[in-house]
Amino acid sequence: MTIEVKNIVKKFGAFTALDNVDLKVGKGELLALLGPSGSGKTTLLRIIAGLDWPDAGEVRIDGEDALGHGASERHVGFVFQHYALFRHMTVFENVAFGLRVQPRAIRKDEATIRARVKELLDLVQLDWLANRYPSQLSGGQRQRIALARALAIEPRILLLDEPFGALDAKVRKELRQWLRSLHSEIHVTSIFVTHDQEEALEVANRVVVMDKGRIEQIGTPGDVYDNPATAFVHGFIGESIVLPVEVTGGSVRLGGRPLNIAAGGAASGASKLFVRRHDMQIGPAGTGSLEGAVRHVRSFGPIQRAEIALSGGEGKTVIEIDAPRDRELQAGEIIGLQPRRYRIFAAQD
Amino acid sequence: MSTAVARQSSLPGVGLTMGLTLTWLSVIILIPLAGLFLKTLELSPGQFWEILTSRRTLNALKISFGLSFAAACVNLVMGTIIVWALVRYRFPGRRLFDAIVDIPFALPTAVAGVALTQLFAQKGWLGAPLAELGIKVAFTPIGIFIAMVFIGIPFVVRTVQPVLIDLDPEIEEAAASLGANRWHTVFRVILPSLIPALLTGFALAFARAVGEYGSVIFIAGNLPNVSEIAPLLIVIRLSEFRYADATAIAVIMLLASFLIILVVNRLQRWAQTRIPAH
Repeated sequence: MTIEVKNIVKKFGAFTALDNVDLKVGKGELLALLGPSGSGKTTLLRIIAGLDWPDAGEVRIDGEDALGHGASERHVGFVFQHYALFRHMTVFENVAFGLRVQPRAIRKDEATIRARVKELLDLVQLDWLANRYPSQLSGGQRQRIALARALAIEPRILLLDEPFGALDAKVRKELRQWLRSLHSEIHVTSIFVTHDQEEALEVANRVVVMDKGRIEQIGTPGDVYDNPATAFVHGFIGESIVLPVEVTGGSVRLGGRPLNIAAGGAASGASKLFVRRHDMQIGPAGTGSLEGAVRHVRSFGPIQRAEIALSGGEGKTVIEIDAPRDRELQAGEIIGLQPRRYRIFAAQD
Repeated sequence: MSTAVARQSSLPGVGLTMGLTLTWLSVIILIPLAGLFLKTLELSPGQFWEILTSRRTLNALKISFGLSFAAACVNLVMGTIIVWALVRYRFPGRRLFDAIVDIPFALPTAVAGVALTQLFAQKGWLGAPLAELGIKVAFTPIGIFIAMVFIGIPFVVRTVQPVLIDLDPEIEEAAASLGANRWHTVFRVILPSLIPALLTGFALAFARAVGEYGSVIFIAGNLPNVSEIAPLLIVIRLSEFRYADATAIAVIMLLASFLIILVVNRLQRWAQTRIPAH
C-alpha cells in the first residue's frame, strides 16, 4: 500500500511541530523518519496512524483519504516505543485482541483466531511464551509481541515509533537485523521513527531526515550520507569536521588564509566547510591547504584517530580526523591536510 | 522472627521499628478486640445463640450488611464514573469537584446526618418533591442507604484515581489502532486493568458503611426491625447495661466484616497475580 502525505501542518500552541510536510511512500518500502527530538517525526507518524490530527493537509493511504477515519478504522498497525501491551492479558490474548474486537460480521471463529495467533507467534519466534504475561517478558520479547499484535489485523501499513528506543544496545542491534529480514519476508509498507542514525541507515530502504518540523532530505542511506542536501543533514548524519570559512567569488578562506579548494558554486559570504573525518587526506608538512600539529593519536582496528590543532588563523581550532594506518602519525608531528571530499553550506545565523 | 530479619538486613533500625509496630498494633487493635471476645465469654453458648438469632438482632444485621452492600455497589459504579470524569476530562471547576469528593471524609458524621435529614425530610428540598411521588426517604431504609452512599463515595474515588492516572494512554491508542471501538477499549482494556483498585475501593466503602453510625442514625428513624442498624442496637444495649448482649452483636459484626474483607482480599490477590504492577 502507498502512503501520501500532502502539506501537513500541525501546531501545538505556539510550537509548530510540522511545517508543510510532503511525503510519498511507495508500496513495500521500509522508510525511516530520522531526526533529533522535537523534529516532528513522531507527530507525523501519529497523524498517519490517526492518533493525532493535522491542522491542515491531506493523508492518503492507498489513494484513499485517511483523515475521514479514526485510528480504529484505518487498518494501520502501530508499534509503540514502550510496547503498550495489555498487561492483564497473556501474550496469546494480546496478539489475539485485534482479531477478537473485529465487527461480528467479519470476525473469525475461535479456531481460526487460534491458528492465526500461533502463526504470528511463530513468525516472531516466541510461540513458547504464549501463556506468559507481559510483565514476565524481557524488553526485546515485549517489542516482538507488540509487533505480532500489530500484524494480527493484517494492517495495510505498519508504523513503528522508536521501536527499539527503550532497549539496550545489544538487543537493539539484534532486533534491527531481525526487523529488516522480517520486512523482506512480509513486505508490508512500513515507516519507523528513530533518532538513531545508525539504525536508520542500517535498516531502511529510504531515509527521511527531519528537523524543526520540516523534511531536510529524502534519499537512500547512501544518498543522505554521501550527498547531504543541507548543513543540518551533514552535521546530523555521520561525524563531520566543521570549519567556519569565508567564500568570496569562488575562493575559500579560513581565518583569512586562502584554502586551495574550489567553492563549488557556493554563494559568497560566511559559510561552513563540512568534511567527513575520513575524507581528510594527510601528507607531509607543506602539502595540502591546511596545516596542523598532531596532539594525540589513538589507533584501533583499521584506523588511527588523531586530534590535530590547526595552525594559522586563531590557532585554537582542534579537529579530529580518521586516517588509515599505513602511515603512523606521531604526537607533535606537523602534517599537511587536504579535504578529499567536502561540502560548503552558507552559515545560518 | 524480627531478629532474623534484623540480622539479614543492612537497613538501620529494623529491630526498633519492628518492635514498635508490633507493640502499637497490639495496643491499638489486638488487645481491644481480645477484650471484646473475652466479654462475650460471660455468655453461655446458648445465650449467645439466643441473642444472635433474636428477631431484632437479625433484622439489624440484615439492614446493616444488606444496605451497606447495596450502597457499596452504587458507589462502585458512580465512583468509577466520577473518577473517569475527573481524570480524563478538563472542564471548568474540575479542581473544585475533585475537592468536593473529600467532603464526606472530612465532615463530622453527625453534621452530615443532620444535613441529609433536613434535605430528605418530608418538607425538605428533596424530600417534598419525592413525597409527592409517594417516596419517603427520611426515617426509612432508603434514608440509611443514602447516608451510606454519601459516606462511601470518596473511598472508591480516591482508591481508583491514582491507578487510572497511571494508566498509560498508549494502551488505549494501541487498542484503537487494533480496531477496537470505545466499548471494547473500556470493557476489555481499561476496566480489567482497574479491577484490583476497584475491589479495594469497594471493600473500603462497604466496611465504612457497615461501621457508620453518626450520619445514619439521624436519617434512619431507628424503628426496631425496620430501620435500626446494628451499631445503633449495640448502643441501645449498652445504655440498658446489657454489656454482654452488646458485645455479642459486636463480635458477630466483627466476624462478618472480617470474612468479607478476607474474601475481597483473596479476590484482589487473584486479580493482582494476573495484573502484576509491572
